[in-house]
Amino acid sequence: MINNINLIFPEIFISIFLMILLILGVFKKKSSSIIYNLSVLSLIILLALILNLPQNTTENLFNKSYVIDHLSIYMKLIMIASGIFVMLTSSKYLKIIKIYQIEYPVLLLSSILGMMIMVSSNDLIVFYMGLELQSLALYVLASFNRDNILSSESGLKYFILSALSSGILLYGCSLVYGFSGSTNFYLISENIEQIDYGVVFGMVFILTGLAFKISAVPFHMWAPDVYEGSPTSVTLFFSILPKIAALSVFIRFLYVPFINLFDQWQTIIIFLSIASMIFGAVAAIGQKNLKRLIAYSSIGHMGYALAGLSTGSNYGIQSSIIYISIYLIMNLALFSCLFMLRVQNKYYENIEDLSGISKNNPILSLTFLIVLFSLAGIPPLAGFFAKFYIFMAVIEQSMYSLAIIGLLSTVISAFYYLRIIKIIYFDSERFKYDKDHDLGLKLTLAASTLFLIFYFIYPNILTELINKINLIS
Amino acid sequence: MFEISLGHYLTLGAMIFTIGIIGIFLNRKNIIVVLMSIELILLAVNINLVSFSIFMNDLVGQIFTLFILTVAAAEAAIGLAIIVVYFRNSGTIRIEEIHKLKG
Repeated sequence: MINNINLIFPEIFISIFLMILLILGVFKKKSSSIIYNLSVLSLIILLALILNLPQNTTENLFNKSYVIDHLSIYMKLIMIASGIFVMLTSSKYLKIIKIYQIEYPVLLLSSILGMMIMVSSNDLIVFYMGLELQSLALYVLASFNRDNILSSESGLKYFILSALSSGILLYGCSLVYGFSGSTNFYLISENIEQIDYGVVFGMVFILTGLAFKISAVPFHMWAPDVYEGSPTSVTLFFSILPKIAALSVFIRFLYVPFINLFDQWQTIIIFLSIASMIFGAVAAIGQKNLKRLIAYSSIGHMGYALAGLSTGSNYGIQSSIIYISIYLIMNLALFSCLFMLRVQNKYYENIEDLSGISKNNPILSLTFLIVLFSLAGIPPLAGFFAKFYIFMAVIEQSMYSLAIIGLLSTVISAFYYLRIIKIIYFDSERFKYDKDHDLGLKLTLAASTLFLIFYFIYPNILTELINKINLIS
Repeated sequence: MFEISLGHYLTLGAMIFTIGIIGIFLNRKNIIVVLMSIELILLAVNINLVSFSIFMNDLVGQIFTLFILTVAAAEAAIGLAIIVVYFRNSGTIRIEEIHKLKG
């Protein structure tokens, strides 16, 4: 057991590095810039360490309570890569709104550590510890701009609703433990053979808690407020990393311990998916704040990812993973555009502030156009392929009504994406935004936009990686 | 002689859990009460886990309970800190007055 401890070397590395950063921050004066750069560096090292793990096996550690397989390795890779880009894009923003402090990167790293544990967990206790490490850090991040009333209110709301959802999830864990007799995922799935109402109850509670975490309707109410109130860099983080972690935990829960309850959970997931797709499309129409609009659009996107999960086939899981990968790149590009809306140390985030920027900032408005088209799912761009894989998987299982509802909500949501494009290109000019941006932001925006444009030339780049993830044998 | 079975413990746990959930949604006064309700939910989970663990002769449930107690303490600390920050900015912690963000 202890001889394959090198498999959790990435987690050990990041937890030790975190404490070193904290000590450095205490003893060295004005070290925020050093610590920020060191934590970006540590994420890059972490990426290398994970790439260095044995790639083609499924290894279990610590009495099978921790698993290293294709799913966990891939999810960790995209989480850490997007973590690097999040930190690269937001350093100037943090300096300008004066929250460039040592605690910020440390909290970011510790929530990433929590997510890594969540993704790899194969036991209810390990899963709960990872989840709490992640959310305790996120509560503080949401209210990080502490002199701003909006930020502290969003932190308060996120804390209350997230703690409530953790409580509901834990109650489900206790029922599953009691009625199946174990906390290990493999043993749970062995022990649920005939349908026991206690386990089904527990499963429903767990799914409710997880749906809170990925903000699927009807458990979405925290998302718009938290997205609007927290600092934009934290919103970017919220809209990407916790969703990846929660989605992979969703996959693991549905297809490892609860695979024998497929008939029970399929209807729940289909309901969550349809409700999120429709709500995400309709509720975003009247929004004025861009961050709030992104919150609603991400609720809709989570609906599509859940539609892939509801199929119960390997292809469905793979299509959801591709969807979340492309979604994170689109979100990175969109938020990089948001970080560019700055006039002399003041950031703008309303939709009217975008009006007519095509006259002064043609390149920025062209990238906005590409990203919004991709979010709406217009063909040659990557967002189209993401939706295409999902609909293929859904139709393959002959769930036609789900596919039709998905297509209809895509059409509805195209309305508000296209409205933003209309405002950018055809309305009268309002502000002349600054053009001096730092290198990290430019780099992220260029890389993510180029990926969105040229994905169609060689789509196998993602599918080859993801085809190895086969949870159902 | 009346004997307390697993069902009784589970009913107690379910009742405390329900009181916690209702406490969050019906409470219109004070955010501290919400914090107490969250704590109640976690305690209900602990009752469940300990009683399962005793009736199944399996120690894992009690270990899980210890972890939950620790995390609940950390969570309460962070929650109170966020409430203090909010109070400093707005001067109130009444639930009706927390409505700067909406739409």
